[in-house]
Amino acid sequence: MSEVLWAIGRMSGIVSLILFTLSTVLGILTHRGRPLPGLPRFGVVIVHRNVSLLASVFLVLHVATLLGDSYAKLNLVDVVVPFLGSFQPFWQGLGTVAFDLVLAVIITSLLRHRIGDRAFRFVHWFVYAMWPIAVLHSIGNGTDGTSGWFVLILAACLIAVGSAVIWRLSTRSRSPRVMTPVAPGSGRSIR
Amino acid sequence: MSARNRPVVARLHIDWTRCDARESCIELLDGRLRADDWGYPIAPGVPAAEQSDVPLRADELDAGRDAVALCPRLALTLRGPA
Repeated sequence: MSEVLWAIGRMSGIVSLILFTLSTVLGILTHRGRPLPGLPRFGVVIVHRNVSLLASVFLVLHVATLLGDSYAKLNLVDVVVPFLGSFQPFWQGLGTVAFDLVLAVIITSLLRHRIGDRAFRFVHWFVYAMWPIAVLHSIGNGTDGTSGWFVLILAACLIAVGSAVIWRLSTRSRSPRVMTPVAPGSGRSIR
Repeated sequence: MSARNRPVVARLHIDWTRCDARESCIELLDGRLRADDWGYPIAPGVPAAEQSDVPLRADELDAGRDAVALCPRLALTLRGPA
């Protein structure tokens, strides 16, 4: 039974990381405020939200299955308080930090209409810390953290988020519309 | 009864201090809202005084709710028909 939980715990962690990567990229694209091919603007937001929730489901599965693991010896305190674990407390603690940040982001997202846009946005920025912390946790704590196939997955995730961040930093959130001239000749300079 | 004359069941209030012309509401309420030259929503055929409280018919209410939920700037609220 423990073997099964361990296997589910590992795989759900990896699936969760991949889904959070996708969700982060979609979140960055949402900021563009422009439709994707085949998806209207509100569609990008909806897919971002649903992928995030799916990632969270796999994260809960990841934590819950490893609560029963004889090696990780995870207890309920370790789930929310970092760096107290018995097995690799530092790397496991990074996972706990990421989990706490995800909790904060989910709660503020669900309460967005009550707490307002500024608080929601502020907490959503935590994702830029959460994602690299989760990656480090997967490398340091994961059984497959340094296996070739996992490093390939990580590289793909890094390229995806990295290029989205670079794109985001290099463009305005919305490019201005091309305006038609007010009147012929009105832009002519006076000499 | 023509579509134009059907009763107003709610009004979509637009907070212009928050609106950032992201156009989600225009996609969702296609037909009721359209974009001006800068991407801000305008309601064709609605008097200027009601442009901030756009009247919605019963068949537009669901789309109106989606628009409120999905506005990236939280600029929209639904109000009573008055």
